[in-house]
Amino acid sequence: MRASLKSYFRTGKLPHFLCPGCGHGAIMGALVRAIDQLGLDRNNVVVISGIGCAGRSSSFMDFNTLHTTHGRALAFATGLKLANPDLDIFVFMGDGDSSAIGGNHLIHAARRNIDLNAIVANNSIYGMTGGQYSPTTPEGMFSTTAPYGNIEPPMDIAGVTAAAGASYVARWSVFHIKQVIKSIVEGYNNKGFSLIEVISQCPTYFGRKNRLGSPSRMIQWQKERSVTLSKAREMNEEELKDKFVVGVIARREREEFSKKIYSLMR
Amino acid sequence: MKKVVEGSVAIAHAVKTIRPDVIAAYPITPQTHIVERLSEYIADGELKSEYVRADSEFSAISILVGASATGARTFTSTSSQGLALMHEVLFNASGMRLPIVMVVANRALSAPLNIWNDQQDSISQRDSGWIQLYAEDIQEAHDLTLQAYKISEDIEVRLPSMVCMDGFILTHAYEPVDLFEDEEVQKFLPPYDPKVYLTTEDPLTFGALATPEYYTEFRYVMQQAMERAKKKIRKVFTEFKEMFNRGEESLISLYKMEDADIAIITLGSLTSTVREAVDRLRDKGIKAGVVKIISYRPFPEEEIRKSLDKVNSFIVFEKDISLGHEGAVFTDVKSVVYHMKDRPSAFGFAVGLGGRDVRESTIEKLIVECIEGRKKEGFYFGDVKRVKEILK
Repeated sequence: MRASLKSYFRTGKLPHFLCPGCGHGAIMGALVRAIDQLGLDRNNVVVISGIGCAGRSSSFMDFNTLHTTHGRALAFATGLKLANPDLDIFVFMGDGDSSAIGGNHLIHAARRNIDLNAIVANNSIYGMTGGQYSPTTPEGMFSTTAPYGNIEPPMDIAGVTAAAGASYVARWSVFHIKQVIKSIVEGYNNKGFSLIEVISQCPTYFGRKNRLGSPSRMIQWQKERSVTLSKAREMNEEELKDKFVVGVIARREREEFSKKIYSLMR
Repeated sequence: MKKVVEGSVAIAHAVKTIRPDVIAAYPITPQTHIVERLSEYIADGELKSEYVRADSEFSAISILVGASATGARTFTSTSSQGLALMHEVLFNASGMRLPIVMVVANRALSAPLNIWNDQQDSISQRDSGWIQLYAEDIQEAHDLTLQAYKISEDIEVRLPSMVCMDGFILTHAYEPVDLFEDEEVQKFLPPYDPKVYLTTEDPLTFGALATPEYYTEFRYVMQQAMERAKKKIRKVFTEFKEMFNRGEESLISLYKMEDADIAIITLGSLTSTVREAVDRLRDKGIKAGVVKIISYRPFPEEEIRKSLDKVNSFIVFEKDISLGHEGAVFTDVKSVVYHMKDRPSAFGFAVGLGGRDVRESTIEKLIVECIEGRKKEGFYFGDVKRVKEILK
């Protein structure tokens, strides 16, 4: 890490508690790199997180931070944004956090198009608590609570968020970390709800349960399974099975929610 | 069958022998091994219950409200934030008079985020109309789980029960436990025979709108049911003791109280520590005794008053605080002695919050401070550092 980036972390709290090979550290790194590129005043930046492996991220980063309850990070963030619309707010969530217990908040934040920057580290499993399957665990994959393979179709977080009305939605993986940084910058510049879903690797549970090998092998696996948007358009449903589409899924002009509220209050 | 088992596993075993029709639980933190083991029993064909994996604790308890209303025997377990998330539905369950049984692994509430043991989670639910039983050790938690079903399902009671066991200290500890045999449990606990339940043959409504003309009466009959529950608890405890040769016959348990000048009142696993401290004080000639509260709701008013009849003072040690006033148990105990002629002096301490270790020496020191008049009557944090010490 560049020495200048170190200042974005609470070094007293490091090393982080994540498992060796976990993708979440890279995503955290991408977030501070994006904030560094944007040249934001860190006293104006707020990082909010919920509960789980991704939830602990707010403890490590040296900004104004709010470590909230499970699934409700976006609800806390909505309050923060409406109270002080000048703040630059980044919400760091996991898949269980954002799509299971917090699924409703995700949909409504997107529907309102409130100017928040959500980053979802999606490792397809509840990593901190023993490897239970989450709403994004692909069908047929194994977890401690799916010993015969998951029978539920996974939720498409980026797709649902785009459908609900967010003005900027992108999906990448840890393999695409450069694009993740670029998307966080674009998401920040989009005045509306932005979500960047990052497919992450959990070598400890998801990797082990599904015999995916080392962390580097899992990143390779992300590369092999990802398909760009333009390529995906030429593929049929059968070919797209077991793949995930990467790229900017939605980018649209929509009025922002906190602006609307403040214009009403004037 | 005596075996050395983990606390959570002992509970899962007890539930297996009780054979609930429906188990619903959120499998993720703050969950324990209890439901994990139960799901394994079901997967292995050892238990024939319906197991519903819920997407949150709110859904888990809601599923049980539905299941219980159809006349099913139900079980769930949770902890801390999970119990807090259930809060709204806890009142639905008791108001609909559904005999759901839940085991709570007592753990601290956020914020700040803390996953360790205290009893703030369940104590905060004391007004929800649930019977609350507190276990001192794994054996007692295992036994209370069965007893809770017999108490809750009684037609005279029909209120849900929480069996509270200290998180980690009991849920994750290993102790020798005399585990239930299937036949014993079938003999002790009759099959659940709900007199009132949802059926298409005789349609009913649960939880309908009660206007101001009726609402008070619903609460009134629940309060009466809680009063009847006291008798029922004593009866069930006694029956249990006769059959299994262990346990209490009362809502409280006394230790060296016959000639005591000072009563130490507590609940949960802390009781064992307090007992050791009391033994040490006895060696020094201080006549102390222990009053363990097993049933916190309904509150053992008569028993506690009687036990404090001859003491000069009492001290409550509890792992919760009702911020803005004092410990909830302390308030409750004081209210019981209000009418006594020679009211004993009252001291209370919040200890062991957020998993802080409570040592016998700490308990002993605090008791001595009260006896020697170094503390005025009132409520204190038993073990608190200066903020400066923490921040350095």
